[in-house]
Amino acid sequence: MKKLIPALTLLALTLTGAAAQEKSITIASTTSTQDSGLFSHLLPIFKARTGIDVKVIAQGTGQALDTGRRGDADVLFVHAKPQEEEFVAQGFGVARFDVMYNDFVLIGPASDPAGLKGSKDIAAALVKIQTQGAPFVSRGDKSGTHAAELALWKEAGVDLGAKRGAWYREIGQGMGAALNTAKAMEAYVLADRGTWISFKGKEGLTIAVEGDKRLFNQYGVILANPAKFAWVKKEPGQAFIDYVLSDEGQKTIADYKIEGQQLFFPNAKR
Amino acid sequence: MMEEPSAWRLIASADPALFGIVYLSLKISLSAVVAAGLMGFPLGALLAFTSFPGRGALIVLTNAFMGLPPVVVGLCVFLALSRSGPLGSLGLLFTPTAMIIAQAILITPIIVALTRQTIEDLWSEYRNELLAMGLSPLGCLLTLLYDARISLLTTLLAGFGRAAAEVGAVMIVGGNIEGFTRTMTTAIALETSKGDLPLAMSLGLLLILIVIGVNASTWLLSALARRRMG
Amino acid sequence: MAIANLPLILRNVSYRVGEQKLLDDVSLTVSSGAPTAILGPNGAGKSTLLHIAMGLMRPTSGSISWGGCSETTPHRRAIVFQRPVMLRRTVRGNIIFALAQTDCPAEAREGRLQSLLEKVGLTALADRPARRLSGGEQKRVALARALARDPDLLLLDEPTADLDPAATRAVEAIIADAAAAGMKILMVSHDAAQVRRLAGDIHFLVNSRLRESASAATFFSETASPLAQSFLRGDLLTETTP
Repeated sequence: MKKLIPALTLLALTLTGAAAQEKSITIASTTSTQDSGLFSHLLPIFKARTGIDVKVIAQGTGQALDTGRRGDADVLFVHAKPQEEEFVAQGFGVARFDVMYNDFVLIGPASDPAGLKGSKDIAAALVKIQTQGAPFVSRGDKSGTHAAELALWKEAGVDLGAKRGAWYREIGQGMGAALNTAKAMEAYVLADRGTWISFKGKEGLTIAVEGDKRLFNQYGVILANPAKFAWVKKEPGQAFIDYVLSDEGQKTIADYKIEGQQLFFPNAKR
Repeated sequence: MMEEPSAWRLIASADPALFGIVYLSLKISLSAVVAAGLMGFPLGALLAFTSFPGRGALIVLTNAFMGLPPVVVGLCVFLALSRSGPLGSLGLLFTPTAMIIAQAILITPIIVALTRQTIEDLWSEYRNELLAMGLSPLGCLLTLLYDARISLLTTLLAGFGRAAAEVGAVMIVGGNIEGFTRTMTTAIALETSKGDLPLAMSLGLLLILIVIGVNASTWLLSALARRRMG
Repeated sequence: MAIANLPLILRNVSYRVGEQKLLDDVSLTVSSGAPTAILGPNGAGKSTLLHIAMGLMRPTSGSISWGGCSETTPHRRAIVFQRPVMLRRTVRGNIIFALAQTDCPAEAREGRLQSLLEKVGLTALADRPARRLSGGEQKRVALARALARDPDLLLLDEPTADLDPAATRAVEAIIADAAAAGMKILMVSHDAAQVRRLAGDIHFLVNSRLRESASAATFFSETASPLAQSFLRGDLLTETTP
């Protein structure tokens, strides 16, 4: 019992120590930027340049924007342009900037039950999946990928409200979980290329459709509005945005490769 | 098992990131257990010791709250600590402190309920002896807590087990931030979603080993104490 | 405020639980002198009487006083229960705990402990966990705890029930010593032979009522009531209380 007292004191000390970290910002971002390993590549370089610690909370884009609306993040790094513009228009963010893009790919089981392999027409592929009733896993979590998927069904002219059935399975989880589920259920799933390349359990899955212009996936970055949320760390937050938009930051993004494949393509406008 | 080697390799390489995750997990769960003990022991003992209207209802409630769903606790703490919540100005959301708060709330009912049961049983045994020795109510309470200390240690262990194993609450209020709020359980959830099942499995095995280790050392301690004190 | 516990006076004491009467209109005075015994068959209400005499229970009607005072704080009063509860400590820990509840200054406790251990013959077992001891040994620990309070009134509930003859003799010797040293002992027993060996006066309790009070010499020679006679012969079976 007597040994408990110093142990407690030690705990209390380490706790307060952890809370006292200065010069750090919180970024609400998407599972794709985290799961693909981009942040693990980018943030140490950023920290070395600026001394700023970045804490990343990886959520779906919808949830990340909600986190921003509650004032719980300094910077947002997400991929659903219309919702991001709405976020800024509502006054929650200062301004939105394009950072980079990659593309979505339609992943399916190696057996390819709907016979889509090699197709470049995502709309036609989706129609085939629906008419044949091939299993399809939807993120269903209001993420950027989920928003993109819903937009593609609309583009394909499939009314999910009327046509959805047992073949359409919403799981309400992140990208990695959706890929795991698709693999287990031999289903098709829409994924961002970054997560797909870095996904470790690819066996049994393959790319069914890629290369369609409509599969374009734009990422943007937004500083939370200090006028609305007084506690937003404006300077270090802006420093992060300036960095990813700078030549050096853009090159760092382009340099991130897995097995020789580039995951994200910088396209900041200047 | 196929997955095992990568766990051993990780441990053998003394990977600092892994060490950080293990350290943070232990720090958070142990702090939560200490905080819950500081609240739960006196509350549980008081509940065992007093009678007032509504005591029965309170006992039922604490017993029921032993099974509080972690995600619900996480959500409540999240809403309270969020910048737009009532305690937002503290700026605690997405910090280890928030995770300790959530886990402490989660396990306090366990400590209260088990303490109440232990103290109540011991009190019915000790009551006449202590009163005959002229102890004050406070003296009785302290004697009961002291003499029940080995059972209460097991109570803490039950709390620790639940804290160390849960992922729902810490994920929501901690945000699973690498190197800052990533614990063993949130790391396991993350690696699973990244499809790195072997690494997730390794972390899971490591977590189980640590929990077994904590339990074994507590068991040894109480066995020694029992041999000496009876 | 060293209040003497004697005389202990019970006036028309009754104790009821619901409809059931555990004690019915008992009046009794205990003064200094040789041990007083409450004798009676099982279920007569002897333990209830002793708990009330200790101040652990309040009578539902009637009154009780210790040395003219009805304050219940057990000052210099001690009890050994029929089944004493050992604290989860060593023998030493149990006795030190009892000493710590008295006026005994901290630096004098170790000395008192040693003399108490010696008195009850447990010196060799001092560091054993008390709960691991045999029934007779536990009874002696409880006696030591009671004696630690340096009582002027010591209550004993069936002090040798469940003990083998050797342990019984040891406990009886301790009781006789304490009584010889001037301590008043009020003991409850169903063992007539033991009462005869130890007690100076006897109160005979049957079915919640006090049937007879007499000196030991009188009680065992020319037993007045047929009830007491049948108890001593071993014929008395108490009818179960309604």
